[in-house]
Amino acid sequence: MIRRPLGFNLLTGLVLAVVGFALGHWLGGQIDGPSLAYTSDTGESDVETALAYLLGVVGFLVGLGFANYPVARMLGRPPSLPRPPTQGIGRYFAFTPEHKVVATQYFVGIGFFFAVAGLNAMLIRLELLHSSNDFFAPDHYLTIVGLHGSMMMGLMTSAVLGPFGNYFVPLLIGARRSAFPRLESLSFWLLMAADVALLSTIALGGFQTGWTGYAPLSEQGVVGVIPYAFFFGLVGLAMTLLGLNLTATVVTMRAPGMSWNRIPIFVWGIATTAVMMVLAAPVLVVGVALLIVDRTAQTSFYLTTAGGSAYLFENLFWFFGHPEVYLLMLPGAGILLQLLPVFTRKPLWGYRIAVSGMVGIALVSFTVWQHHLFVSGLAADLRPFYMLSTELISIPTGLIILAALGTLWQARMRFEVPMLFCLAWIFNFLIGGITGLYQSDVPSNVTTHGSFFVLAHFHYTIMGGLIFAFFAAIYYWVPKMFGYMLDERLGRVHFWLMFLAFNSTFFPLFIAGFLGMPRRVVTYPERFEIYNTWSSISAFVLGFSMLVFLVNLVYSVVISRTPAPANPWHATSLEWQTTSPPPPHNFDEIPEIGHPHDYGVDEPDVIRRPRPASAEGS
Amino acid sequence: MSSEVPRSRHFRRFLAIWLGLSIVGVLLVVFAFEGDLPPGTDADDAAGQQVDNTVLTAIGTPIVLFVLVLLAYSLINFRQRGEQLEDGPRVHGNRTAEIAFVTCEVAIVAVLFAYGTWRLLEPGASGGGQGPTPLSPASVAQGESRLPVQVIGQQWHFTYRYPTYDGLETPHLVLPIGRPVEFHVTSLDVVHSFWAYQLGVKADANPGVDNVAYATPNDLGEFDVRCVELCGIWHGYMFDTGRVVSEGEFTAWIGEQQRFFAPVKRYLPPYSKTYNPAPTGRAG
Repeated sequence: MIRRPLGFNLLTGLVLAVVGFALGHWLGGQIDGPSLAYTSDTGESDVETALAYLLGVVGFLVGLGFANYPVARMLGRPPSLPRPPTQGIGRYFAFTPEHKVVATQYFVGIGFFFAVAGLNAMLIRLELLHSSNDFFAPDHYLTIVGLHGSMMMGLMTSAVLGPFGNYFVPLLIGARRSAFPRLESLSFWLLMAADVALLSTIALGGFQTGWTGYAPLSEQGVVGVIPYAFFFGLVGLAMTLLGLNLTATVVTMRAPGMSWNRIPIFVWGIATTAVMMVLAAPVLVVGVALLIVDRTAQTSFYLTTAGGSAYLFENLFWFFGHPEVYLLMLPGAGILLQLLPVFTRKPLWGYRIAVSGMVGIALVSFTVWQHHLFVSGLAADLRPFYMLSTELISIPTGLIILAALGTLWQARMRFEVPMLFCLAWIFNFLIGGITGLYQSDVPSNVTTHGSFFVLAHFHYTIMGGLIFAFFAAIYYWVPKMFGYMLDERLGRVHFWLMFLAFNSTFFPLFIAGFLGMPRRVVTYPERFEIYNTWSSISAFVLGFSMLVFLVNLVYSVVISRTPAPANPWHATSLEWQTTSPPPPHNFDEIPEIGHPHDYGVDEPDVIRRPRPASAEGS
Repeated sequence: MSSEVPRSRHFRRFLAIWLGLSIVGVLLVVFAFEGDLPPGTDADDAAGQQVDNTVLTAIGTPIVLFVLVLLAYSLINFRQRGEQLEDGPRVHGNRTAEIAFVTCEVAIVAVLFAYGTWRLLEPGASGGGQGPTPLSPASVAQGESRLPVQVIGQQWHFTYRYPTYDGLETPHLVLPIGRPVEFHVTSLDVVHSFWAYQLGVKADANPGVDNVAYATPNDLGEFDVRCVELCGIWHGYMFDTGRVVSEGEFTAWIGEQQRFFAPVKRYLPPYSKTYNPAPTGRAG
């Protein structure tokens, strides 16, 4: 290895990002001229902005050291992985090809931006507290709505796969690393670059298009739309790489004996999601790339007046967007079914049907996207088909619920904090799922489309489903990741506050939507006020419950530091057969692989002590 | 303690509770709440959607109760009570239960699909936008004709044109009672969506597209019109109120509007299914 005069880390990344941004801005200014009339009347230049962001991101990645390996290979040097610093805080601020470090980076990075996006939600609810409120000007309000929606959607795709998928998939399949460590790290830094780019839109006048960014609205918006487009482009790239790495890891890195029917159900949830990501996310990248060239290179993919079509963007966006919502659901289902056997002391009921449910969702989810366009006038004669495919997806979804309920039946339930979040998942997802029925049926969809009913529905599935599973995973796996138990009493306070406040926030919005309240409005008629005021106050309590969690995390991991027992939940899966936290190489010896979710006794109702962790798994 | 109850009895108990609650629930939905569900009965489409919402709620009720009752039953009966860690039975699944479950799911989906498609093919197709060549036009009585009304979305208001009344363009939507209306929804700039809540009509307004939707108002009075697709900074204020009036009042209103807008008529483009305005640069 050659000695580098300066290390490649976050600092050099940020420096080169600024340099690249300035260079792109200057270059864009040279290119831009009166011939690009689209932008000339406002004093803003899309070309300047787009090039600045493009070169800024490139500079950031070069500064982090992502160019070193390809450049060295092109110069004919022998292949070698950069030697990761295995100790010290520095490794968290650099390009580190170690799956547990990347997962921890994801955990903290996603946590930070989740808080930012959550604060935006608080601002939205503040504006909607009363019908006559005027906290924000309409353009600021829509920017806040767009920031909340985009950032949450961008983060949630990686919220389970990033921290928990990267961390536990190799551990759960008995591997010592992931298949593509460099891509794994790249996906994280791309996501961070995306989020910073999105936030920087505030300095450029924001974007008033919502997270869906429908053209031609996004074509005419101020220059702040460019960072929005870059955000989804980078998120799409990050998702593709994250999915690629996890797919390859599950396919190629399994320990001897880890056959497909012995893979823990969580890994199935991650693997099906990862495959969907690889297939769906590139379409999003293309969709926003066409938007950027429309605005800079004067193409007209989405401009009706110049031969394009607004439907093109809607199709590209939802072809990604509908698999997207299922790739938010599957990791949550994976966590649910992974954790239920531990806290019910039973094997997973119906492993095969649960797996077929996940695979079925992954397949069918690619055929449903035009149900977002039932009243758009596009291919109206095909609506029965999309109605059927949408209703068909309830069959595999039902299988996952059945597996969960079957596991609870005749169980010996223990109500530890992760279990509480799992049970809440079932309740919330039931409401989220059944309200989907009204949107799959075309006549009923005419009432609910674009209203607060839809908003409440997808918050029930994403927040009530994914985020609750996310917290279940945090309470379950933080002892493994950091070696410290989270405080149980604070955990229970957090759970009950969050569960009650969540339902109290979103349930009234179903009613508001059914009665005629459209989404993304800065003002509304007085007759919806009762639902909105109720919802806003509950939302503030929901926000407060997140604060309780944050206090718990800081208190438990930084202040009290109660060491976690080797196997605090008496689980039989592989990650608990190594130390907490695990060594960089995960396992000293690759463990013997047994049946997944091996709990319970053959003779029912016989009381038995748990087996010691080391003797399990055969 | 759960061990005192044989397994099969638990299941029979659960089934009895579920069946009982489901029957009560479905009867409540069908007979007690039916008339109260949105969006009301002021027009044929709205009434049709109300029927659909009722049918879906009736189908959904036993499904929701199945999960809730099973969840609650398990939470009450199958918990650990002692300090000692206790293991449950090693049951990996139940083929009969799985097959029965999937069969029920397939049956429910088949019913939903058949019902939804039948409702969609009914004349008028329950008020959703059907694109330029509608599959299910609203039916009209012998010797009667539909009233075409063009809805033009632009940032940030709707205007309405009545092609059968000399292309009259007005910012007000007034409809005669009892006559099927044929809405032609289009846009001059970005994507909007026309939602006449009490009429049960929702159709996206796309630039360059003629999106057709139908409704027959059968109740006098006002109805809400709202834009339901984010269309820029004043989207939240893009709403107005329409009126359903008697045939006589409608004719009088048309005459009055024609006189009022006569001075600007010559500046209007001729009536067309879509319009192709010059790009106006950027707004918010």
